Amino acid sequence: MIFSDMSRDVTALLESHGIPDREVYLDSENSGMVFPQALEVMKSAYMGSGKGHPSITHRKGWEAYETLYTSTLGLARAMHCKPDEIAYTHSGTEANNLAITGLALAAKTRKKIIISAIEHLSVVFPAEYLAQSGFRVIKIPVDRDGFANTDALSSQLDNETLLVSIAPVNHEIGVIQDIRAIVDVVKDKDVEIKVHLDACDAFTKIPLNLEATGADLASFSSHKVYGPKGAGALFIREGVELRPVIHGQLSTQKLWAGIENIPAIAGFAAAASLMQENFDAYTSHMSRLRDRLISGITSTIDQSLLNGPAGSKRSPDNVNISFLNCEGEALTIEMSLKGVYVSSGSACTSRVLEPSHVLLAIHRKYEEAHGSILMKTTPFHTPEDIDYVIPCFNEAVKRIRSMSPFKKGG
Amino acid sequence: MSSRIPLAYNPKVLELFRNPKNLGRMEKPDAEAVAGSLACGDMIAVFLRIDRVTQTITDAMFESYGCAANIAASSIMTVMAKGKTLEEAWQISWKNISDELGTLPMIKSHCGILAVGALRRAIRNYFLDKTKPAWIPESPTPDERHAVEEERLLEVLAKRAKRMEAELGQDSKGGKTG
Repeated sequence: MIFSDMSRDVTALLESHGIPDREVYLDSENSGMVFPQALEVMKSAYMGSGKGHPSITHRKGWEAYETLYTSTLGLARAMHCKPDEIAYTHSGTEANNLAITGLALAAKTRKKIIISAIEHLSVVFPAEYLAQSGFRVIKIPVDRDGFANTDALSSQLDNETLLVSIAPVNHEIGVIQDIRAIVDVVKDKDVEIKVHLDACDAFTKIPLNLEATGADLASFSSHKVYGPKGAGALFIREGVELRPVIHGQLSTQKLWAGIENIPAIAGFAAAASLMQENFDAYTSHMSRLRDRLISGITSTIDQSLLNGPAGSKRSPDNVNISFLNCEGEALTIEMSLKGVYVSSGSACTSRVLEPSHVLLAIHRKYEEAHGSILMKTTPFHTPEDIDYVIPCFNEAVKRIRSMSPFKKGG
Repeated sequence: MSSRIPLAYNPKVLELFRNPKNLGRMEKPDAEAVAGSLACGDMIAVFLRIDRVTQTITDAMFESYGCAANIAASSIMTVMAKGKTLEEAWQISWKNISDELGTLPMIKSHCGILAVGALRRAIRNYFLDKTKPAWIPESPTPDERHAVEEERLLEVLAKRAKRMEAELGQDSKGGKTG
């Protein structure tokens, strides 16, 4: 970020926007809401038990260490792994970078990295970066719903293959991959090939048992489970060797230098525990709201298309709909003025003016990708929230389309 | 989602997005033009009413398929063009549009370019069946060229999509995978 590039008018922009009478935040994909209980745990950690540095020899240091220790026990229970198999970072992006680059740095001979065509940019970009230094990157195609082609995967596996990285739940279109089948395809070919799961969107949304999956690495993000931003984790199966990708003063984390964000980790553990304890209730609540939102929109707005699969193969929280002839960035702003906060895969919201690579990979046309809106339902939402949002979409899409040279009869 | 960039617009952009001036399709315009394309995610149609004697733009309207900056840029372009002679309107630059909007974010400068491209294309169209004045250059101006480049983005993207499809499941080296 260059500070001088920042708009000095953002305060005036907010004043001009105003605070809508009713607000519904549906953008947990980009920045999550936080459980109040997790905030309480964090507050306690900031005020007391997480104040110190866990590697320093005084009472406050040991208190911080104890907070880290108990948080890790809780997270290991929720992730179904051993506490020693968890390495902390400060985000899911960092965990994905550590998994891919850390494994590549430790690799001796294998130079082939396989990812799916719809992975998160924190998987795509480290892989592409490694392609500049001798690694080969293969992207496995997906079908129109986003399911990875296991035959294509199988045909690419060989004794050069270092890693296969795939998200059990895609962040953008919510497709749930058959991870068991994918791990079996890989390990049947060669047990030495490592499997990394970007589990940021799967954790606490679908059943995920790291011990049972046979995966070697898995990334997690606190804010995706309604914990605070500033905490991420990487599961590293016992015996898997990684090298650090950042360097500096080590503390408890051998692979991520610098002080651990103890309050955020405590909040992360509290949120993950809440989600796991209420797994059935929360996931069925979220999927009911998801289906209410999807059917409410697609049955009332013509030329609206669901991106990703419907039903049980879709993450309980994910809603991604393309509105044809309706540019997505304009729609996010129109919805914002109505107090509904959503994001878009339109090129107009991106740094490089290109639409979502995920939507293009599932064969959506450019204009379909430009008109896409991504939303996540959460345990915090109510049916009344959804019923407020649906007519807002009706009005907003109608207005945006009315401005377009492509409107019907035009 | 693609890689993000903050777009904290000037309140003028939000105001014109909310209440665009000169929005709509003009019946029987004296000149009209379209710039951009659906696939690029940006498209502007501009309509001009022109006094044939004074060659003054008496009315200008627009339609837009695009982001808030695109809508605001199109709208302010019509406001700026109205009342100007065609020669004066030809001088409107994307920088003038950006300045009127309290400076567009850099990444959105193409919205201003597209608005100017559409306006100049409409002015060129007006003279298609008339004697072209000397102040209209034979070859396209940089702003017009940029607008055409924006449209050609469609071809580039389509080619890239084909290449991606061909590469999927194939070897791809040196960061050519995206």
